[in-house]
Formats: sequence, C-alpha cells, structure tokens
Amino acid sequence: MTLRLTQGSLRHANGVDALRSVDLHIAAGEQVAIIGPSGAGKSSLLNLLATALRPSSGDIEVLGERAWHLSARQRQRLRARIGLVHQAPPLPPRQRVVTAVLAGKLGQWSLGKSLLNLLHPLDVAGARAALARLDLGDKLFAHCQQLSGGQLQRVGIARVLYQAPQVLLADEPVSAMDPVMAGHTLSVLSRHAREHNVTLVASLHAVDLALAHFPRIIGLRDGQVLFDSPSGQVSHEMLDALYANEKLQSPTAAVAPLTVQIPRC
Amino acid sequence: MLKADSRDPAAWPRLLLTVLAIAVLWPGIHLSELNLGVLLPDSQNEMGRFVAQFWPPAHDPAFLQILLTATLQTLAIATAGMALALLLAVPASLIASRALSLSAASRGGVPSRLGRLLRWPVRGLLIFLRSVPEIVWALLFVRAVGLGPAAGVLAIAITYSGMLGKVYAEIFESTDQRPAHALMQAGSGRLAAFAYGTLPNVAAELLSYSVYRWECAIRASVVMGFVGAGGLGQQIDLSIRMFAGGEVASMLLMFLLLVLMADQFSRLLRWRLA
Amino acid sequence: MNRLLNLLLIAAIGVAVVASFSYLGLNLGELGSAASLKQMGAYVQRFLSPDLSADYLKAILHGSLETLAMSALGTLLAAVFGIVLALPAAGRFGWPLQSASRLLLNGLRAIPELVWAALMVLAAGLGPNAGTLALALHTTGVLGRLFAEALENTPPQPAEAIRLQGGNPLLAFCYGTLPNLAPQLLAYMLYRWENNIRMASVLGFVGAGGLGQMLYVSLSLFQEAQASTVILAMLVLVFVVDWLSAWSRQRWVKA
Repeated sequence: MTLRLTQGSLRHANGVDALRSVDLHIAAGEQVAIIGPSGAGKSSLLNLLATALRPSSGDIEVLGERAWHLSARQRQRLRARIGLVHQAPPLPPRQRVVTAVLAGKLGQWSLGKSLLNLLHPLDVAGARAALARLDLGDKLFAHCQQLSGGQLQRVGIARVLYQAPQVLLADEPVSAMDPVMAGHTLSVLSRHAREHNVTLVASLHAVDLALAHFPRIIGLRDGQVLFDSPSGQVSHEMLDALYANEKLQSPTAAVAPLTVQIPRC
Repeated sequence: MLKADSRDPAAWPRLLLTVLAIAVLWPGIHLSELNLGVLLPDSQNEMGRFVAQFWPPAHDPAFLQILLTATLQTLAIATAGMALALLLAVPASLIASRALSLSAASRGGVPSRLGRLLRWPVRGLLIFLRSVPEIVWALLFVRAVGLGPAAGVLAIAITYSGMLGKVYAEIFESTDQRPAHALMQAGSGRLAAFAYGTLPNVAAELLSYSVYRWECAIRASVVMGFVGAGGLGQQIDLSIRMFAGGEVASMLLMFLLLVLMADQFSRLLRWRLA
Repeated sequence: MNRLLNLLLIAAIGVAVVASFSYLGLNLGELGSAASLKQMGAYVQRFLSPDLSADYLKAILHGSLETLAMSALGTLLAAVFGIVLALPAAGRFGWPLQSASRLLLNGLRAIPELVWAALMVLAAGLGPNAGTLALALHTTGVLGRLFAEALENTPPQPAEAIRLQGGNPLLAFCYGTLPNLAPQLLAYMLYRWENNIRMASVLGFVGAGGLGQMLYVSLSLFQEAQASTVILAMLVLVFVVDWLSAWSRQRWVKA
C-alpha cells in the first residue's frame, strides 16, 4: 500500500473537525481524484497525506513508512519522495521561475549544491524540460510576479514534476485555469504518473474534469468519505448526494476526453 | 537555439557585480585597516582588561554626586538648546513655508515667481544649518566660547533650528491649505490666516515632532560632551581616558536610564497634549 | 479638568526651560553682547578662505576615501551581523534566545556611535579600524531590529513549502523567505549608509580616523583655513552618498 490512512481524523486549532475517521487505501501507481463541496476537507486530506499536518487521531502510512513514528530527519527524507502541488503556489514574487522550479530538488541535493544554485541555476535544461511540458518554456527567466494566476499554478506543478516524487498529491491544481488549459494540464499529470509509475491523488472542483481524467473517484463531504468508486460507476444520484445544496455542473458529456487544439497562450 | 536559450541572462550582470564588489571592497578593507580580532576580549589586548573593570560599576557617594550633576547638566543643555532652537525655527519656518504665501492663495497653492525667489534663501539657510553635523558645530563653539555647556547649547540651537524649521515648514505645507487661503482671500493678514486656518490642524503633529526632537537632543548632548561641551558625555570621555572602567559602566547605565526615561516622558507628553 | 492639566503641563515645561538656563549659568546677555559677537565674527571670518592647495586636496581625498570606506564597511558588517541576530530576535529559535538577542540589539543600538568609537579607540588604537568597528556595532543594533520586524511580517508559506518537500531549514530560508525580504533589507541598509557617512565624518573626533580626525587636528592647531576645507569635503561626501543611495534604491528596491 503506497498510501494508507486508517481512521484518520483532523481537528483544527479552532475546534473545527476537518476530517472524521477517514479510511483510505491507495495502491502504487493509482490515479485518484477527490471531489466534494467547499469545506468538505479535501485540502486537509491532501495535507494529511503529504505529512504536512499530523492527524489528531488515527494513523497514516506513506510508501510503507508510518510517517509520524519516524524521527524528524527520516520524515524529511520521506517528504522528499512526496510531492504536493499547493492550491496557492508558494512562490516568492521576486524569485525567478527557473530558481522556483529547480527548488523542487532541494530535498535531494546537498547543501552546497543548493546554495550554489541560488547564485547560478545549475540545471537550466531540466527546468526548461519541466516547464515545456506545461507550455511555459519561454518563461524560464521571468520573475514570478510577472505571471498570471494560471501560469503560477503551472510553475508550481512544474516544480513538483522536476522533484520527480513517487507520490504526487495535487490540491486544486487547475483552479485558476480556463477549461481547455485545465484539461490539458491534467492530461500531462496523468501521463507523467503513468509513465513513471507515480501514485497520483488530486482534489478537484470541476466534476467533469475529474470524471474525464481519473479512473477512481472519492467523494468527500463534511470530513467523511461518501463514496469511493471507479469513475464509470459514478451516478447522478451519488453526485447529487455529494453536492446537495450546491449548484451541480452537468457531467453528461464528460466521459469522453476532450479533443481540442491547445492554443498557445 | 537550445544552447543560447539555456544561458542564464542574469549570469553576466551578477558576475560583473561580484567583480565590482570585490574591486571596491578590497581597497576599502585596506583603507579602513579592518581588524575584527580586536573585538575578542582576551587577556592580551587592552579591550579585555578594560572590559574586565566594568564590573562592578562604580557607586561611591562622591562619584554618584558627580554623576547626578552631569546628568542634570545634560538635561539642561538639551532643554535650553531646544528652547533657543525654537526661537529661531518658528519665524524661519513661517517665512520659508509656502503655507503663508499671499500670492499662492489666489493661484491655487503655487506662489508667484517672486514669492518663491524670496523664500529660497531662507530654505537654503535651514538646509545648511542642519547639514553640518551638530558635533562639528559643538567643536567650533568650544573653540569660540570655551569648554563647557554653553558650546553644547549653542550647537544644539543652531542645528536643531535648521531641522525644526524645515520640518515645520513641510508640515504647514502638507495640510489642507484651503481654510487659510479662504481667509486670505477675504482680506485677512498672513499670520492671522495661518493661526486660524492652518495651525489648529497641525498643532498636534508639530508638538509630537518637537518632543521627539527633544529626546534626540538629549542623546546629542551626551555625544557633544566628548568634544568638551559639558554634561554626561564629557565625564564619560574623562573616565575612558583614565581607564576607569567602573565609572564608565555606571555612566553608560545612567545614560541608558536617561534615554529610557526621556522616551517615556515624551510618550506621556505626546499623548496628553496631542 | 483636562484643560487644567494641560495648562499645568505647559507651565511645567516653561519652568523647566527657565531652570535649565539658570542651572547652566548661561549668561545669554554676555554671549550676545557686542564684544562676544565680534569675537565670534572674527573667528568665523578665518573660515572664509579655505585652503585649496594641491597637496592638501590630496590629503583631503585620502581622508574622504578613508571615511567612505569606514561607513561602507561598517554598514556591510552591520548587515551581516544584523541578519544573524535578527533570526533569533524574530523568534525563530525559541523564546529565551529571542529575549537575549533583543536585549543585545537594544544595548548595541542605545549607545551612540561616538561612545562606541571612544571605546573602540581604546581597544583597537587610533585610526579608521576603531571607527569601522564602532559603526558596525551600533548599526548592528539598528539593522538587527529592523530586519527582525521585516522577518516577522513576511509570509511563511514559501518556506513552509520547501520544508514540506524535504528541504532543511537553511534552504527553506534562502529559497522561501529571503527573495521576499532582500529588497527590504537592501533599502534599510542604504538608508543606514546615508546616516553612517555623516557619523563616519565625525567619529574622527575621538581618534577614529577619516575626515573627522583631520578636522579635529586642524581645529586644535588653529588652522581654520584647512578646517573649512575639511568641512566642505564633508558636505560634498554627504551629498554624494545621499545621491548614490537614492539611485541604488530606485534601481534595486522596486516596491
């Protein structure tokens, strides 16, 4: 089991229960989408899986290691093998894109190499390759503050691709992109995961995108798993129950993947 | 195409900057004869022995008497100096400020060419008075009127009149000019228009800045004592020359206390009067 | 009640002013008398013909460069020490270190540069080394506190993200926090350099080298012509540094 969460609960400092007794098993190489209404706990779940937050109760096991029973140093080494795409890209505005992408390997490089990289980027070709897969190759030397929201999200994804982790977790990775770009980006992620046998877990707002790109869907509501099934078996009733009191995007044509020309932006 | 594209555009500028920095730093270190080793207090250098004497701070009654006198003298120098500075600064700021310009009242806030020309020398004088560091003035006055607090008072008076004058003038100009302009257009004199139209708005800020400057004056008085202008500074200088570490320690502590009290007092004043 | 208290306060200030004058025994009448003013006038007149000979100008140039080097190096050293002390002062290493480093920074800051210079002359001997160290010590206190405040106000997310992907704390700081902080730090440094060039000119009065020492010596020897040249050089230096600092700020510290 690559990712195993047993009776995981998370309570925030203000007393709010983000997750309640969630059980989750994800095998190596699987591709899973997590959907649910706002406030369901999708971000909390991903942060838990990334070992960013410690579960208030229950146990989390990642890549065969019980994360919170390790020493701090071992946990840091484990984290270098887990990649998390944050919802809001944590990129300093004045940093250049090339440095931001190369920062992906900070958990794997030695200290000297990392510091040297600040003065002069050591693997421009590698950064370029990662960005090119997301159509941002020409923004290599731009400053992060010069990019739009969607472009910043793609840089965040490029950073994680460059990190080449064994587990790739993505928290709303395409929320700032238009539908065509979002679909394209998700296919890039999906293809990367398939080619490198990486476990991919993504949380998404747009149900149609989730159903189109991921073979397994987990529905989260109020901190609990409502359903966990292959995407072909997700029915309207299940989605209605998930998004009750929320406007539902119609997923009728979503089963067929999009085949549109990608415009160069 | 790939080779050229992979070159970091910031590489050349960074390299150049590094070379420039070293080219400037090397002679700089040489010129300033930098030697950080003297900071380490080991038994061999002067510093070590001197610092060792700092404890315990001197506290015999005779010395404490001197300490108290010196502290009071410093306070007096700062207060008297500020009073004289105000005497000079208030009229200077009124003359230099565009807020009292009669011509500006009917030209939307911009004084006439003649108006600007006449104000320029006063502004220039204020800038000159504050550009020369007060300690240089202190040194000059010690030569002119002899050692002692008089030199310190005059030095503070001159430098701070420049500072206060310029800042007052700017404060007058930074507030809304329309009340004063309206009064001038209705026929009132400049000073009256200022007093009724501008002054009520800026009084708090003026007071606040003046009190803050008084605090700075206290610190400046101590510093000027080193060139013979009396007060705590002169005593510290004497004790350092005599290698009396204990005395220096007490006086430094007294100075820190003085600065702290002045800070509290100034906060109180600003809170009450502003 | 309020008005009464305020009036009392103002009256107290007035009394303090009068008391100050009488305590100091200043006889303003005597100072402002015709004889005294004439004496001061004669003194000032001796300054009005500065010595501009080639030899002396060369000495002035050397003194100016020495002063410039003192101020620049002092500020640079202060920036390095300042950031080292700012990290614990911003609470990154726990509460006891935070209090200790804040106390140290306040102490360094409270003692004026000239007092530090006098102490440093004792430790390092006469010359610009004492001046550089004095400026470095005082400015460390100032910059350390400014840096600590900037550190506290910077967003923590980029550094946290680096920690989350396996980077150690030093790298998280360099890649996540420093890019945001660097322009602010540079702005503070340039602002202090402007101030330090004024101080560096003056530290020579206690023997710490540079233009100040030249001024002190020439005034002691009653060589007013030379002294006025030094004062002119000081003004030029201050002007140049102010201009350089404004240009640097405009170029590298874009908001």
